[in-house]
Amino acid sequence: MNYFWDLFLGGLTRGSIYALIALGYTMVYGILQLINFAHGEIYMIGAFTALIVASMLTMQGLTGLSVLILATIVAVLYAAAYGFTVEKIAYKPLRQASRLSPLISAIGMSIFLQNYVMLAQTSDFLPFPNLLPQLNFLDSISSVIAPSDFIIIATSTAVMIALTVLLKFTKMGKAMRATAQDQTMAMLTGVNVNRVISRTFIIGSALAAVGGILIASHVGRINFYIGFNAGIKAFTAAVLGGIGSVPGAVLGGLVLGLAESFGTGYISSDYESVFAFALLILILIFKPDGILGRSSQ
Amino acid sequence: MKYACELKRSIYIALWFILLTFPIMVVKVNTIENVIVWRWINIAGIGVGAFVLSFFWQLYLRKKMTSQQTAPEKVSILNRLIENQKIYRLALFIAGIFALIFPFVFSHYQVNIMTTALIYVMLGLGLNIEVGLAGLLDLGYVAFYAVGAYSYALLNYHFGLGFWTLLPVSALLAAFFGILVGFPVLRLRGDYLAIVTLAFAEILRLVLENWNDFSFGPSGISNIPRPGFFGMNLTLEQSAIYMYFLLIALCGLTIFVTYRLQHSRIGRAWVALREDELACQATGIDKTKAKLTAFALGAMWAGIAGVLFAAKTTFINPASFTFMESAMILSIVVLGGMGSIPGIILAALAIILLPEYLRVFSDYRMILFGAALIIMMIFRPGGLMADRRKQYEFHRSDIINKS
Repeated sequence: MNYFWDLFLGGLTRGSIYALIALGYTMVYGILQLINFAHGEIYMIGAFTALIVASMLTMQGLTGLSVLILATIVAVLYAAAYGFTVEKIAYKPLRQASRLSPLISAIGMSIFLQNYVMLAQTSDFLPFPNLLPQLNFLDSISSVIAPSDFIIIATSTAVMIALTVLLKFTKMGKAMRATAQDQTMAMLTGVNVNRVISRTFIIGSALAAVGGILIASHVGRINFYIGFNAGIKAFTAAVLGGIGSVPGAVLGGLVLGLAESFGTGYISSDYESVFAFALLILILIFKPDGILGRSSQ
Repeated sequence: MKYACELKRSIYIALWFILLTFPIMVVKVNTIENVIVWRWINIAGIGVGAFVLSFFWQLYLRKKMTSQQTAPEKVSILNRLIENQKIYRLALFIAGIFALIFPFVFSHYQVNIMTTALIYVMLGLGLNIEVGLAGLLDLGYVAFYAVGAYSYALLNYHFGLGFWTLLPVSALLAAFFGILVGFPVLRLRGDYLAIVTLAFAEILRLVLENWNDFSFGPSGISNIPRPGFFGMNLTLEQSAIYMYFLLIALCGLTIFVTYRLQHSRIGRAWVALREDELACQATGIDKTKAKLTAFALGAMWAGIAGVLFAAKTTFINPASFTFMESAMILSIVVLGGMGSIPGIILAALAIILLPEYLRVFSDYRMILFGAALIIMMIFRPGGLMADRRKQYEFHRSDIINKS
């Protein structure tokens, strides 16, 4: 039972990070019908920026919570700025082009950003400091749940609730939902579609940066290539839940995380990703639009 | 001043990029020795680069705005050249001669590179059946390539069968795998199909990597025999030349077959499927059959290319079959212009050969490749040579002559 609980928590932790990144995919897809392959790279850049800022601050003598907060703010801002710029360069000129052109451009952007970070920084793994705070009250529950797991799950839940509120109750969220439903109609009712698209990229990228910091602190090392794997997993999660659907992305992320965790725990640890992908194929065979996806018919 | 507005914008954009790239380009932390290296010089490069690029981009936009009203439907120079029968035949003739004398003029190294490029021509043409003609976005094409390569290597290792026996066997196995992948994705549309094919490819690669008893794991299989030539013992250089001609012949076959397929009944069914699935079904086309044949035929060429790859390098391991490879092949198809055979050949040669000859920039190869993909898509979204459907034109004189 204890083993089961450990695996369950591990899956939940992993899944909530997948969900954070998957949200960026699903929001962009909902509006542009574009698989934003560069999203994983934004997540990687977020983690790198956090590492750089955190190391600079630590060398200035700062410690503890202030490092975490400053590094997170800077990383989120930078990731958002990168997301914004990527959209302006690689996708905006291609709005009218056929479906495949933005996809290729996205793959190009992903390769570009990976190599940009590799050339400007390093191709080796860098140790990532554990930025997660050591909270005293968590020690009392550490027999049930590891503190870092708790922080990751709590943070991502909070971020996701904030996103839901933003989408449901603000004017901006309404504009975003309207654009996702019908771009032309939204434009007719006075929604500035270009601005909505920019904001979608900014929000998605900011979420990815949060995910990046959490997972980098958890794993303890990063390199320029981490975005690729995380990106593919998160995209899988988004599709699993039904791409374009925000609750679907969260559900997909959690299901994927749990499947990987139980798969590695009970069957074999070599085939971690195989479980994720096999589950994806199985679910799509029976539900071609994902778990919560809108039917195409 | 004429360009004041553009200059001002470019300065802002340059400042934005300096800010954007600051932490990654300028700061480099060494966490072990606790030192920060400041590389201020990079700021200048980024600033000037961003300024110049954005200035030209805005000039381009302005020019496009003013010329938009007058420009008729543009046909690219390459397209116009190829449609001119005389030039087309001449170009074909020159290309043929060049292909024939190539291995005798250039060095062993260059013959090898060209052979690799020809393998990609085959892969591009094969994927073109799936993506370009049938509109099935396949992000896991490399799986079929891997099936071909591994079935040659493994069947040869275990049963000692030769190249010529295994070439058709591997092609069939790959086609079978194509159908296997095709079945579950029949009901999926667009991007779901893309991710499922990607998932299949990743599963296959991970299995090859981890199932040591079956596939020898990450260390791969070495000492795969090169194809035999009537039992003769060839030196390394001779066999490279032999391999080259073999690929020329097989590429010729691929071109012939895909060309014939494109204009056949099934080819037209694929195009109909790509354009509109519902309308296609309504005209009585068997959707299932059309999709599965597209998968099977596309996979078959990848299988053949896989066998040739294994035979050429004599060593394979799972690292050769990553998603990057799929992305590369897909880029070939899209850059060449989907559905356009000459375009894809040109794109495959360009994508494989250019980086080889740009070894000077070897560190910057991939970053340039990424940038090139984006730039190509912005300026020529239809690819190098967009495929133009056969047009049937109505000439009054035809009718008058007949009657």
